[in-house]
Amino acid sequence: MTDSKYFTTTKKGEIFELKAELNSDKKEKKKEAVKKVIASMTVGKDVSALFPDVVNCMQTDNLELKKLVYLYLMNYAKSQPDMAIMAVNTFVKDCEDPNPLIRALAVRTMGCIRVDKITEYLCEPLRKCLKDEDPYVRKTAAVCVAKLHDINAQLVEDQGFLDTLKDLISDSNPMVVANAVAALSEIAESHPSSNLLDLNPQSINKLLTALNECTEWGQIFILDCLANYMPKDDREAQSICERVTPRLSHANSAVVLSAVKVLMKFMEMLSKDLDYYGTLLKKLAPPLVTLLSAEPELQYVALRNINLIVQKRPEILKHEMKVFFVKYNDPIYVKLEKLDIMIRLASQANIAQVLAELKEYATEVDVDFVRKAVRAIGRCAIKVEQSAERCVSTLLDLIQTKVNYVVQEAIVVIKDIFRKYPNKYESVIATLCENLDSLDEPEARAAMIWIVGEYAERIDNADELLESFLEGFHDESTQVQLQLLTAIVKLFLKKPTETQELVQQVLSLATQDSDNPDLRDRGYIYWRLLSTDPVAAKEVVLAEKPLISEETDLIEPTLLDELICYIGTLASVYHKPPSAFVEGGRGVVHKSLPPRTASNESTESPEAAPAGAPTGEQPDVIPTQGDLLGDLLNLDLGPPVSGPPLATSSVQMGAVDLLGGGLDSLIGDTNFGAPPAAAPARPGAPIGSGLSDLFDLTSGVGTLSGSYVAPKAVWLPAMKAKGLEISGTFTRQVGSISMDLQLTNKALQVMMDFAIQFNRNSFGLAPAAPLQVHAPLSPNQTVEISLPLNTVGSVMKMDPLNNLQVAVKNNIDIFYFSTLYPLHILFVEDGKMDRQMFLATWKDIPNENEAQFQIRDCPLNAEAVSSRLQSSNIFTIAKRNVEGQDMLYQSLKLTNGIWVLAELRIQPGNTSFTLSLKCRAPEVSPHVYQAYETILKN
Amino acid sequence: MIHSLFLINSSGDIFLEKHWKSVVSRSVCDYFFEAQERATEAENVPPVIPTPHHYLLSVYRHKIFFVAVIQTEVPPLFVIEFLHRVVDTFQDYFGVCSEPMIKDNVVVVYEVLEEMLDNGFPLATESNILKELIKPPTILRTVVNTITGSTNVGNQLPTGQLSVVPWRRTGVKYTNNEAYFDVIEEIDAIIDKSGSTITAEIQGVIDACVKLTGMPDLTLSFMNPRLLDDVSFHPCVRFKRWESERILSFIPPDGNFRLLSYHVSAQNLVAIPVYVKHNISFRDSSSLGRFEITVGPKQTMGKTIEGVIILSQMPRGVLNMSLTPSQGTHTFDPVTKMLSWDVGKINPQKLPSLKGTMSLQAGASKPDENPTINLQFKIQQLAISGLKVNRLDMYGEKYKPFKGIKYMTKAGKFQVRT
Repeated sequence: MTDSKYFTTTKKGEIFELKAELNSDKKEKKKEAVKKVIASMTVGKDVSALFPDVVNCMQTDNLELKKLVYLYLMNYAKSQPDMAIMAVNTFVKDCEDPNPLIRALAVRTMGCIRVDKITEYLCEPLRKCLKDEDPYVRKTAAVCVAKLHDINAQLVEDQGFLDTLKDLISDSNPMVVANAVAALSEIAESHPSSNLLDLNPQSINKLLTALNECTEWGQIFILDCLANYMPKDDREAQSICERVTPRLSHANSAVVLSAVKVLMKFMEMLSKDLDYYGTLLKKLAPPLVTLLSAEPELQYVALRNINLIVQKRPEILKHEMKVFFVKYNDPIYVKLEKLDIMIRLASQANIAQVLAELKEYATEVDVDFVRKAVRAIGRCAIKVEQSAERCVSTLLDLIQTKVNYVVQEAIVVIKDIFRKYPNKYESVIATLCENLDSLDEPEARAAMIWIVGEYAERIDNADELLESFLEGFHDESTQVQLQLLTAIVKLFLKKPTETQELVQQVLSLATQDSDNPDLRDRGYIYWRLLSTDPVAAKEVVLAEKPLISEETDLIEPTLLDELICYIGTLASVYHKPPSAFVEGGRGVVHKSLPPRTASNESTESPEAAPAGAPTGEQPDVIPTQGDLLGDLLNLDLGPPVSGPPLATSSVQMGAVDLLGGGLDSLIGDTNFGAPPAAAPARPGAPIGSGLSDLFDLTSGVGTLSGSYVAPKAVWLPAMKAKGLEISGTFTRQVGSISMDLQLTNKALQVMMDFAIQFNRNSFGLAPAAPLQVHAPLSPNQTVEISLPLNTVGSVMKMDPLNNLQVAVKNNIDIFYFSTLYPLHILFVEDGKMDRQMFLATWKDIPNENEAQFQIRDCPLNAEAVSSRLQSSNIFTIAKRNVEGQDMLYQSLKLTNGIWVLAELRIQPGNTSFTLSLKCRAPEVSPHVYQAYETILKN
Repeated sequence: MIHSLFLINSSGDIFLEKHWKSVVSRSVCDYFFEAQERATEAENVPPVIPTPHHYLLSVYRHKIFFVAVIQTEVPPLFVIEFLHRVVDTFQDYFGVCSEPMIKDNVVVVYEVLEEMLDNGFPLATESNILKELIKPPTILRTVVNTITGSTNVGNQLPTGQLSVVPWRRTGVKYTNNEAYFDVIEEIDAIIDKSGSTITAEIQGVIDACVKLTGMPDLTLSFMNPRLLDDVSFHPCVRFKRWESERILSFIPPDGNFRLLSYHVSAQNLVAIPVYVKHNISFRDSSSLGRFEITVGPKQTMGKTIEGVIILSQMPRGVLNMSLTPSQGTHTFDPVTKMLSWDVGKINPQKLPSLKGTMSLQAGASKPDENPTINLQFKIQQLAISGLKVNRLDMYGEKYKPFKGIKYMTKAGKFQVRT
């Protein structure tokens, strides 16, 4: 008696018959009928028509029947929402059942039913279950929160389930902890900005304790969550590593790989001189090797990850070359990956072995694999110089086999070897030429033509060879055509007498008979070069070529660092950041490796302390920059107060990473406060650009340097610029104006080739340097750039006066936007007018040029106002007290030499000031008033 | 997490689907079929396949593809390990994991799958716990259920589910208390033409069958634990004691389980117990080739090598082979070009050999690739790495168990190039 009987059908119509059975009085018959329904469901048959009949069977004491009905409900509730409501009562009742298994089952099933009406009723039972006395129910409820969040995120937030879930991280039962972490991680993935997994040393400790006791799957969730934590110093990193290392011996390979991820990431913070660092490196190799003895599917994922690991830390596996040797019955996808890693690990020490293996592979059956093996030999030659000769002779042996695709691959790689070691192996050209006729793939043909052209002077019949290719010029692929054109031009430059006819032929073929613009343009360039200045042509065409790099196919370092943070995930399999392929609008948080930070304790050991640094004698009362920074930002970044300030430089780096643009606004709040009394003299610590303003605070306010900086505002929203978002602000520091930009790539493709231009404007603002974006901007990446400006550009009066029109170009398009700059960036440092001069000028300017403004809600006194304005280059020349009112007389000068005189009336006890401005160009007055407003109110 | 699971047989029919979140249309499998078509053999289907909206992760076991569908960034190893667990569970429940067996037990399969994942998160994957939740079908139980109307779904919370030892249920009782351990080592090796070892490593496991009453606490110690520098443990093993004392201390699961697997790497010298002498030659312009292989024992520590089987994929140009073995039986399949020779035991006094000629396609040039010889063998009572168990002790229970330890060495992926 097997379940296959459930599949047998009768002629009368299956659904009809099932319906009758479901409504039978006999329990046993009912159960059998539900089983039949489930069986049909498993093979994808639509049995939703039976919904009411199946739901009727739900109220039963028979647990199996209940479970079966629940299974059915989960599948079909969505298609019959009105009917599904019938089930709610039973669910709610089951949530109160004395049997924890039934309570858990009910809450679990309810969460799987994606019908709004049911979800409404879920909240109360779920809340109870999250606090259930039985851990089995709690752990099921934790997952249910994630389900509910997927259906209705707002509801979960409103009901406060997220907080309850966070509390579960401290649960006494490790399984509950693991599920809470899993649920939170899943919710966090869809809401990258939410700070759900806000980890601190206490919660980390709890996770590490739970890690030892929970199931293998729970360990994976916890390890993945740990990997997102940023330890505060190397001590903490090391202690986490020590507690994670035992996971490397777990039988579940996913646990092992997640542990490897945590270790690889936190290792970044450890000093290489540390004994522990070496121990850790040694411990990492065996588990990785063991992964390769697992099933092929696991091997594949492991190999893709090992590929990343050997690029980041080749030392881990440098002695393990042999485990990557290919077995002939490995699946092809494993073979290709192994080959890739073999090349990465190839070094002078093991090259002989590797070459012998590669040669062996080149005689295998699978064509793709053989091709890659031949290519690998070439890559070895390029990577390990000492082996080049041996590689070349191996390749020649392979060419002798005359196997068509082997020969073609060999020629392609020999071309690269010629590029890398010019004038060394040209003796093999004769052998290559023998195989000319067998080449039928464009890449191989192009490579061969390149070789003939490059070494035309050594090949007697080069012209004949190239001419033979020319016959079928129009049938060749573009790659070959371009190469042929160049090769013949090279030949002509080397042997001009015999080949004039040939070169004319190819030029006319390329320029007149071809539709391909690339080919035509290249043809014209050569033509013109040759006809105007053959010497120049020689210099251009036969110029020395740049060397090719040793290692090909390396992943770009910043991407590699990001991928290391994603070890064990799909990203690591595809070698792409998740933003590049994860489906839908779900934003992905960028991960980066932690900066290498020395812990504050490191200064206790003398060798770690820089020479001459006073250790332990630092007076405690003087706060270090690190502390100020820490206090200001309310972050636990810096060393404790008693610590010497040695660690500051590293802390600053950390801070820059962490805070990014958010810093500016904070500075705005604090920069013009009362000057700190005891600002310590700063040792020459390197200053991160974003932090320089902050340090003005510590080095004493009142200097002329930092004027007020507005927080960055979005100037160009991503929607208007094909994914490029630009936000920025203007700063003025020590006489130089700059535009601080933040470029964010919200598109899916890489952006590069940035450039910026300004339209003519009222004050001649123009970029003083080109826009420097060093690396291409990959998706979801943000760069901060400070663009220096000058005021020597062409002038055109704009409306409003401070309007600036900007064009930004990248590889995708050109985008335009306009922004208003605050006028105070144009206030120059020598804007202090002589008293007499001031009086004279004030009288001189006609009264109709005077403008009056009210500055409201400014609680500062005259001193504070004056010092605050002074840092933005508005200078107080005199102060008078008239009838209990403070009168400040001030002057400022714009970059174009316009003077503005001001009289500021401050009434003690009144937060409104009266500002009178006099200027020969009255149209600037409103903007100056604006500047006053912003400076005083921020 | 894991969205859905499709089971697909080798002819490309989806014969079971299970969804843990919303229903994913089975048309998503079309991408899998495409990949399957591209791969020449079932084994070569890539394990990770991207589709526009989902990712398909698959394993191929017992001629069935287990295809998991995921939608978000999930660790692929996690999914693949889980799929393996599904396969193991089926095997555990039904004896074999095959399409007819799954179809016969479809409701149990469905119930088990539902118990294994909740919303894509693993729920209960330990076979002990699963079996308490859903009892495996037996003929007796089916009969009893039909008569009494009881079910095969447990209505008690499994005891192990939340305890500190989730792998063991309480209240286990046996009349004969016994604990058996099998130390099994497989040699993976590549031997080159001249007979020297290119790479050789040992994959070892200790499989246990423990049937002990109550909550026994076992310790197992080795004569030479230094050999084990790369080990993976069953979760029951206390890692701290291993680190400090090199002793395996554990409360065992009930029944069969893998206590530990270890790996002796290529850097240690691995003894190779057999050698193969071969002389396979093709001549250009001749339609005949010579074929001769002999196997003999090498470092066997005085033990007999048995169960020797030699498999070799001959080049496509070989039409037929006429061979005479000195012992055992041989077959050559002219379609797949697979030569197999079941040798049996190796008698060191009289080495087995297989000699004869190959008929080649007339006029064809000599084959590019040389056949690789794949070797299988077994050696009883020997762990080739030299690993030896010192003693096994039991604490926590009063009775005296019966203990036994067996050693065995096998060929893993043992290849000889010619």
